[in-house]
This record gives sequence, C-alpha cells and structure tokens, in this order.
Amino acid sequence: MRFQNAALGAAGLAAFLALGEAVPRLGLVKEEYFPPTSRIASAFADELSDGAFWTALGDTLTGWALGLAIAVSAGIVIGVIVSVVPYLREATASTIEFLRPIPSVALIPLAVLLYGSELRSVLLLVVYASFWQVLIQTLYGVQDVDPVADETARSYGLGTWARIRHVLWPTALPYVLTGVRLAAAVALILAITGELVIGAPGLGARIAVAQNSQAVPEMYALIVVTGLLGLLINVGARTVERRALAWHQSVRGEVVV
Amino acid sequence: MLDVRGLKKVYEGSGRRVEAVRDLTFTVEAGELVCLVGPSGCGKTTLLKCMGGLLTPTAGEVHLAGRKVSGPPPGMAFVFQEYGRSLFPWMRVADNVELPLKQKDLSKARRRELVTDALESVDLAEAAGAYPWQLSGGMQQRVAIARALAYEPEVLLMDEPFAAVDAQTRADLEDLVRRLWRERGITILFVTHDIDEAVYLGERVIVLSASPTVVREQLKVDLPDERDQLHTRVTPRFAELRTHVYEQIQAAKRGVVQDAVVTKSDTPPLR
Repeated sequence: MRFQNAALGAAGLAAFLALGEAVPRLGLVKEEYFPPTSRIASAFADELSDGAFWTALGDTLTGWALGLAIAVSAGIVIGVIVSVVPYLREATASTIEFLRPIPSVALIPLAVLLYGSELRSVLLLVVYASFWQVLIQTLYGVQDVDPVADETARSYGLGTWARIRHVLWPTALPYVLTGVRLAAAVALILAITGELVIGAPGLGARIAVAQNSQAVPEMYALIVVTGLLGLLINVGARTVERRALAWHQSVRGEVVV
Repeated sequence: MLDVRGLKKVYEGSGRRVEAVRDLTFTVEAGELVCLVGPSGCGKTTLLKCMGGLLTPTAGEVHLAGRKVSGPPPGMAFVFQEYGRSLFPWMRVADNVELPLKQKDLSKARRRELVTDALESVDLAEAAGAYPWQLSGGMQQRVAIARALAYEPEVLLMDEPFAAVDAQTRADLEDLVRRLWRERGITILFVTHDIDEAVYLGERVIVLSASPTVVREQLKVDLPDERDQLHTRVTPRFAELRTHVYEQIQAAKRGVVQDAVVTKSDTPPLR
C-alpha cells in the first residue's frame, strides 16, 4: 500500500514535469516566459555551482531561522504569561484580535523606514507574521488543561512553577508545535517577500535580479528552490511533532489494551 | 486524625445560589477505613475537595492531625474517579508515581525505592516503563493508587475510585484497598455511591442526606476483619447492614427528615 502510494506520487510528479517540458516545446505557451523543464533543470544545476547562490540561500535561511526563533520564544513566553496571570487574557483579547489580522506585508514601508534594506527589515516582517501563529496556539493549548489533571497536581502539593512545567506545558505542547509548524511556513513566505520587495540580500533579491536581467530559466530555478525549502521545512516540522508527541492521541493511534 | 466541623459550602455564581453542603460534622480516627455514602448529587465530591484543600469551605473547618486545612495538606493523598485524566499521559507509569515525590525533600535513591515499593504493592512492577494509556482501566486506577501510596500519606481520600471500572475489576480493586489498608495502617476515607461497596469495605459507614447535605447516620460495620468477596457478601449480617443503609439512602432521596438529632447507632435496629 505504502509502496503503491509512493509509486503513484512519483508517476504524478513525472507526468507534471513531462507536461512542463512538452507544453512550451509544442508552442502552446511562449518559451521565453515559460521555459521547458529541461532548461529550468540546467539553470538549477548552474545555480548550485554558483557561490553567490549559496550565500543568498544562507541569508534567506538566517532571516527565516532567526525570525522564527524570536517569534516562537516570544509567542510561547507571552502566551503562557497571558494565560496564567488572572484577567490578563480578557484584557489583551481585543488588542490581539485587532493586531493579528494585519497582514505583515503592510508593514513593509515601516520596515524600510526603520531599517532600510537590511536583514533587520526582513526580521521585523518574519517575526510579526509568525509570532501570532505561535501565540494563538499557545493560548488555546493552555486553555485545554484538564481540571482533573490540575487538581491532581495541586492535591499533591505541586506549586505554580511545577504545575506549569509538568501539567500546563505538556498539555499545551501539541498546540504549540502546530503553531510552530504554521509559523515556520509563514516565516519562509515573509522572508522571501521581504527580500523580493525590499531588496534585502537573499533568495528573494536574487529572484528579482534574475527577473530584471531577463534570466527567465534562472528565475524559475530559484522559485523551485523556494518550493523545495518549504517542503523540507514542513517535513522537518512534522518529524519533530511526531517525535515530541509520541504519547499524544493524534500520534499514538489506537492502542490495543 | 481527620476532623470535620460544621462544614458548609455554598456555590454562588450567575445569580444562582446552590447550597451543596449544609452542615457536616464527623471525625475519622487514625487508621480507620471509613466509607461515605449518599444519594447521587449529594455533594460528596464537594465535601472531599473541601477536605483536600482544593476548595475553600463557606463555613466550618477541616483539621488534619490537629492542623487546620487551608490548602492541599502534605499528609493527604487523593485518588480520583477519572483515572484516565488524573494520570498524565505524557509520563511513563514510574514517572507518574514519582512526580509528587519530587515536591518532597527526598533523595533520588529514596524516591526510586518508594516508587518500586508502591508499584509492587499494586502488582504493577512490570508496568513501570509503560505509558498509562497502554494499560487497562483497572491497571490505570492501580497506578493512581500506587502514586498515592508512594506519597506516604497519613490520610488517603478516594473519590468514587471504582465507579468507572467493570464489576470484576471492581471486586479485585476493593480487595486491594482492604489489603493495603491492613498492611500499611493508613487512614482511608472512601467515598462511593455503591451501598454494597461501602458496607463491604468500611469499618464504619457515614450516610449522607440529599443536598443540602448533612450527616444522616453513622454506622459501625461489625463484620470480621477478614473479608472476601465470596463469603462476606452472603452473610446474613452483610445483608442486614446493606438493607439498613439502603433504606436510609432511599429515605434521604425522598427527603424524609430524620429526628433533629443525628443517630449514631452501632447496630441497626432488629428487623
């Protein structure tokens, strides 16, 4: 079954690539705007042998990882504090609901004003976009604490800190990790967008350069790279989730007693 | 050992005022096994939570070994009905049992010793490395009991602990509680809605009225110390006691008010 699924998946991908090769060659679309798969592939190979490409990739990943790390730590810490301190949740709910839907992209002018076209501009966008994902999930997760589990902990004399560590945190963890997975995807989108629009160094800026210099196959090759990055990030996040939540219903499945 | 005086608990909220417990006074002596039984919804859980320091009573006091209870007291352990929610699914059995001990000032070696000993007492030594959700319901409740034992409490509060397990497992668990009580000499207060269980387990049965709750009767169970599921339950004395408690519960449900003075009889009236 699993082999069959993998085979079907590979066949589908091969068909898609073949289509990408055939359509421009048959003249159905203009080859200069939509180069066939083989030319994109060779441009991709050229990119891999170019040192500047790796520098750009490194810049993008730095912005992504740094921004994500800041957003995740801040989201978790603030989420737990807002939930644990009495009345703070009610007092902040409306503000959060107002700030959360602001598209990060709308902050690009502000980022440029503040930091110009530096890494810090990208960081601002990445952190703003991914912070809410983590914060909201943490808030939901903390609310999910089972009253019986909490009473058990209290009856055995566990103090506030011990209850946060042994009851609240494990309960919230599945939610937090979902938040981190969503945030990781959003962070990549914002890192590329920031580089593309602001011109901060990275894959986004390199895509813009390829476009301006009419290097269409290279542009596509870079787009493929960003797609692959997104894929790797998602697979990585899911692996972490499965490992960390082996005890959780969603991962452990049905247990035969 | 455990002294409940004039306990009263009123829940107030959203314009509603519910008097769950009106006025409860009773004591549990050191080393006693007392069963609390009452009609369903009579505030047994409220009472237990007030005693465990999880709820603040509206009036009255609970004293444990002479000290007033104002928060969860260190000498008290709780076994909840909902074992599946009371055990932490993210911890293995041994870690679940050990967690409360980490709040005490004990060496690692001593903690290990207590965990092993408690798990052996409930015949679950081999399940130490398993997760609670890999065990059956009865085994999970035994883990919860082991966790309470390892804590070395003076008083063990059990809140309808066997209400969610099947009848056969339940009988085994009842015998386990009797055995542990006799072996370890802990004071146990066992809350149940099952009349047979109350009579079979207890040295004394406290019958509660319907809500708002008062003590309706205190009854000494004069069955022999050695009890077993096969023989004890068919003795004429067992039948008399359970019938008596049953009548009391039925009367409590109908809201029949007994004489203002709470009867404290050692033997139920002859039939």
